[in-house]
Amino acid sequence: MEHKFYHSVRLDPDLCKGCINCLKRCPTQAIRVRSGKAQINSKFCIDCGECIRICPHHAKLAVYDSLDILKQYKYNIALPAPSLYSQFNNLDDVNIVLNALLLMGFDTVFEVSAAAELVSEATREYLSEHEDNLPLISTACPSVVRLIRVRFPNLIPHLLPLNPPVEVAAMMAVRQAMEKTGYAREEIGVSFISPCPSKVTYVRAPLGTEKSQVDHVLAIKDVYPSLLAHMKKVGEDPGELSTSGKIGISWGRSGGEAGGLFTENYLAADGIENVIRVLEDLEDEKFTNLKFVELNACNGGCVGGVLTVENPYVAEVKLKHLRKYMPVARSHMDMEETVEEMVPWTTGVEYEPVYSLGGNMMESFMRLNQVEELCKKLPGLDCGSCGAPSCKALAEDIVRGEATETDCVYYLRENLHKLSEEVSILAGDLHAGNTAGQETMRILKEYIQRISSEMAKLDMRE
Amino acid sequence: MGNAIVLKYHVSTEDFTRAGEASSDVKGKLKQMGVSPAAVRKVAIAMYEGEINMVIHARGGEITVEITPEQIKMVLADVGPGIPDIDKAMQAGWSTAPDEVRNLGFGAGMGLPNMKKYTDHMEIETELGVGTTITMLVNL
Repeated sequence: MEHKFYHSVRLDPDLCKGCINCLKRCPTQAIRVRSGKAQINSKFCIDCGECIRICPHHAKLAVYDSLDILKQYKYNIALPAPSLYSQFNNLDDVNIVLNALLLMGFDTVFEVSAAAELVSEATREYLSEHEDNLPLISTACPSVVRLIRVRFPNLIPHLLPLNPPVEVAAMMAVRQAMEKTGYAREEIGVSFISPCPSKVTYVRAPLGTEKSQVDHVLAIKDVYPSLLAHMKKVGEDPGELSTSGKIGISWGRSGGEAGGLFTENYLAADGIENVIRVLEDLEDEKFTNLKFVELNACNGGCVGGVLTVENPYVAEVKLKHLRKYMPVARSHMDMEETVEEMVPWTTGVEYEPVYSLGGNMMESFMRLNQVEELCKKLPGLDCGSCGAPSCKALAEDIVRGEATETDCVYYLRENLHKLSEEVSILAGDLHAGNTAGQETMRILKEYIQRISSEMAKLDMRE
Repeated sequence: MGNAIVLKYHVSTEDFTRAGEASSDVKGKLKQMGVSPAAVRKVAIAMYEGEINMVIHARGGEITVEITPEQIKMVLADVGPGIPDIDKAMQAGWSTAPDEVRNLGFGAGMGLPNMKKYTDHMEIETELGVGTTITMLVNL
């Protein structure tokens, strides 16, 4: 497993212009612009992909695998995300997509939506057995789990301790493949076709399980062109490969997971800013009678993932259309033995207090005090020119020793203003012959020196 | 510890959309201080109840929060109508909130009881027609 703060969202410094777009958009204030380039603070970043969406220079990117990885294995399993089905015009049968994946070179497919139906079933059971700990919060979106881990410690006990559908799908698919082919685990490649980079993070450094059974993550947008071409080659009557129904497919959009729980007492929020608002209110216990909270970092849910190709709202309509004639569910827990063991988490999630200002409470307290004082001095315009997303963020960076007051252009401007005022007073004195000429000249020179060194600081920033 | 962090908030009149801003700000600061999640929870819940009460009953008021490494002291002062019967007001479910407030989901009569429940110490000073000052302490 990779480091606990592993990230799939990265920066291409060659393309970065050092503008403030990502700085302002980042929901966890993880980005700073230093020496003209954006930097992502790995402790704050939750891999939501907002910066990828907003960057006008395409300098933010997601790390994922290419289709070439299929060559590494004797047997390849594709795990299509439910949101994949929503990307095509006039698709009325998911079997066309599944058969096209086989034509593309995969040896078998296992729908994540099929595993999702099992997770829905397990969630219903878990809810009924844990009525003293409601509401439970969905753990399917890795960005949401990561956000809670660093920012909402009081909500960690409310996390639904069940593996996300992609993990359950991988486990089931691997077992089936090993039984069928007799190959060893390492000869089998499991590739998830994902709508978002957050899943890459999950696979590399999962929370809730020690090691993910997913070997590779492919981007929907990468697979799309080839898949579309192969879909045209699938005949009139594609073989029946799908084993999921309405419940499973619906996980691809916001409200789908909660809808499969057969309760009205749920809340479903999508879009990272909305998610944060709901978590704040949950933390303050502002909701009553709520059983389940479904949260998706992307607008519209997984269909809004940054690695998809279709507009999320159009995708949602397509998913709805596709669902229409499907059975409610086609996969059930009792269909296979030992599935029950695959669903629960095997490890917990621990609070990571990354927002603490200092190493201990005393130091943090002193620094918080300094932040308050600094905030009074800073202009409060949140312009981003200093490279921090807000004046408050700059003040926090200063007390952490990662920035200085002179990073603020307004602070610098004021300094320059004061200095030049003093220079003009001196020059006035010199002109009037009030003071000893030599001494005044010396002071004047010194001031001019200071002005140019302040100016140099400005230049350095660019 | 002499230098407490003092935060002052103005709670505006009958503006439910802004109620909670003060407690939310304090919550963020306590997390940055590395205060235990349990204490953060107590402060956030108790203070939010207090803020809502000020909006419902007293047309707003002033909140002063004093943070030291030992404790958090919240003083909520209003110039509202005062509380006629504190014993009754402390009973769970007893409420004088008007219907329009209840329709918004508030006024369940849990305000003061919750404030007491989630703090280590609570004191109410009230005078009819003059105002109410509630002081709450949460130990760290």
